Amino acid sequence: MSATILVPESISDGFQPFSSGSEAIARLNSVTKRYEANIALDNFSFEIHRGEIVSLLGPNGAGKTTAIRLLLGLISPTAGSVRVLGHDPRDSQTRTRIGAMLQIAKVPDNLRVREHIDLFRSYYPNPLIVDEVVRIAGLEGIEEKMFGKLSGGQKQRVLLGLALCGDPDLVFLDEPTVGMDIEARLNLWEQIRVLSALGKSVLLTTHYLEEADALANRIIVLNKGMMVAQGTPVQIKSQVSGRTIRCVTQLDIDFVRGLPTVSEVTADRDALIITAIHPESVVKTMLQRDLTLHDLEISAPALEDAFLALTKSESN
Amino acid sequence: MATAAIHPLTLSAPYYLNLFLKEIKYEFLKALRNRMYSLATLGFPIMFYLLFGVSFRHSGPGLNYAQYLVASYSCFGMIAAALFNLGAGVATERAYGWLELKQASPMPRLAYLGAKIVTCMLFGVAIVASLTLLGVTLGGVHITLSQITHLTAIIVAGSIPFACLGMLLSLLMSPSAAPGVINLIYLPLSFCSGLWMPIEVLPHFLQKIAPLLPTYHYAQLALNVFGYARSGATLNHWEALVGFSFLMLGLAWLIFTRSEAKA
Repeated sequence: MSATILVPESISDGFQPFSSGSEAIARLNSVTKRYEANIALDNFSFEIHRGEIVSLLGPNGAGKTTAIRLLLGLISPTAGSVRVLGHDPRDSQTRTRIGAMLQIAKVPDNLRVREHIDLFRSYYPNPLIVDEVVRIAGLEGIEEKMFGKLSGGQKQRVLLGLALCGDPDLVFLDEPTVGMDIEARLNLWEQIRVLSALGKSVLLTTHYLEEADALANRIIVLNKGMMVAQGTPVQIKSQVSGRTIRCVTQLDIDFVRGLPTVSEVTADRDALIITAIHPESVVKTMLQRDLTLHDLEISAPALEDAFLALTKSESN
Repeated sequence: MATAAIHPLTLSAPYYLNLFLKEIKYEFLKALRNRMYSLATLGFPIMFYLLFGVSFRHSGPGLNYAQYLVASYSCFGMIAAALFNLGAGVATERAYGWLELKQASPMPRLAYLGAKIVTCMLFGVAIVASLTLLGVTLGGVHITLSQITHLTAIIVAGSIPFACLGMLLSLLMSPSAAPGVINLIYLPLSFCSGLWMPIEVLPHFLQKIAPLLPTYHYAQLALNVFGYARSGATLNHWEALVGFSFLMLGLAWLIFTRSEAKA
């Protein structure tokens, strides 16, 4: 998949001149969604292009689920407009081309996996064949089981399978891996990657930056109903500047603080923790000055830290 | 605006027919596999009939109690079938997000409600069939074929007003409260309308109140099949049930559109 995704400087200013080469398959135009006193989304605009995996990333209550519910036509915006495949998301025509995995969906326990798939396929005029649904969602071997007897990870995979029954062009996944253990999560990621390989567009919400990083072409960071940042995973991570150096040194803390590109130095017992944009040059200088320097570690900022920094700076 | 257009796909009659049949099939399977549901709708009328219909036969003057109870317990079972499936069932499926998942699909809402009502009707047929069978074999009741057809038609038609009540309740109740609330509504209603014992046996003030209850009119229509209805025109009972249905539907619609506007 091409990595040349155009990232408009300020997409939240409403209508954007359309960039050629990528087709918007769904978009929110300056959407505000208000629930009595609460603003769930505040003048929020974004697009999903054909074949993209876009991730809406944000803490709980950021407005991710609201965005998905708007795109599914389950709720209507207080202001602004919502278009999916060029139409109103409420049209049943539009709905034949999308699939959804919702956050609090629990399907009846006393139907078998195969029966659930059979039922959901009947909702679509051109459904995917059963074997394909089973294969893509990884349901081999559990088709005859009652939904209620499945493990949490298996249930999520069945829900993913239901989202695929109509052979959709656009799939919405609302926190698909919430509450899953690591193995089940990695498994589901594989299935989501398969969707993308099949040319489907995916909108994924998550509050794990790691998940957005692993899957998305483009990440939109939401906080309190507003876009905080957007870009490729690399761009998002780079917005939190610098890497962390940890070492034991005899150099004076103020000297280190004065070195180029150093943004922060703290003492941790006998070691110093230094944040710098160019840790290589900082370490080089320090090694030249202090031959006793030891226990050197350089690490990238944790993804969660990047995310926290992004959402925190916005709320101040 | 350069958004991707969808190729118009005609949603044809065979598509809708297939969708509706599948919806009914799985609604029915779901209801059948739900032991609580089968017990409340089929189990209780059968058990009550064995206890009171079979053992107390020929007990009243001018009244074949075993025959009376075939009609009244059929009503009793049908009301449970409609209230539990449309009331508790929809409330639960709404709370679990199952309904929302269906709403996000192209499936029309009417197919969902329609399939639930048809499922209730199928249960209604099963209730009448089992009670008739017990009545004829163990209760020593004589029932003609035309009486069976007549009773079945009335029982099945009666699923609609109580399905409407169920729909209204589903919008008002949390799923955990649903079974309790439904029992609290339908057990007294059944008792006061003569579904457990002839209405003449009940205290006088209850007999006066009864005509205000939808269950009473339903019972009268069913009892009329065997000639046990109190005096009064059949048409009035139908009118009462139709009026009740519209009232419940109207209220449900009002609450539903209000919650939609808020969403």
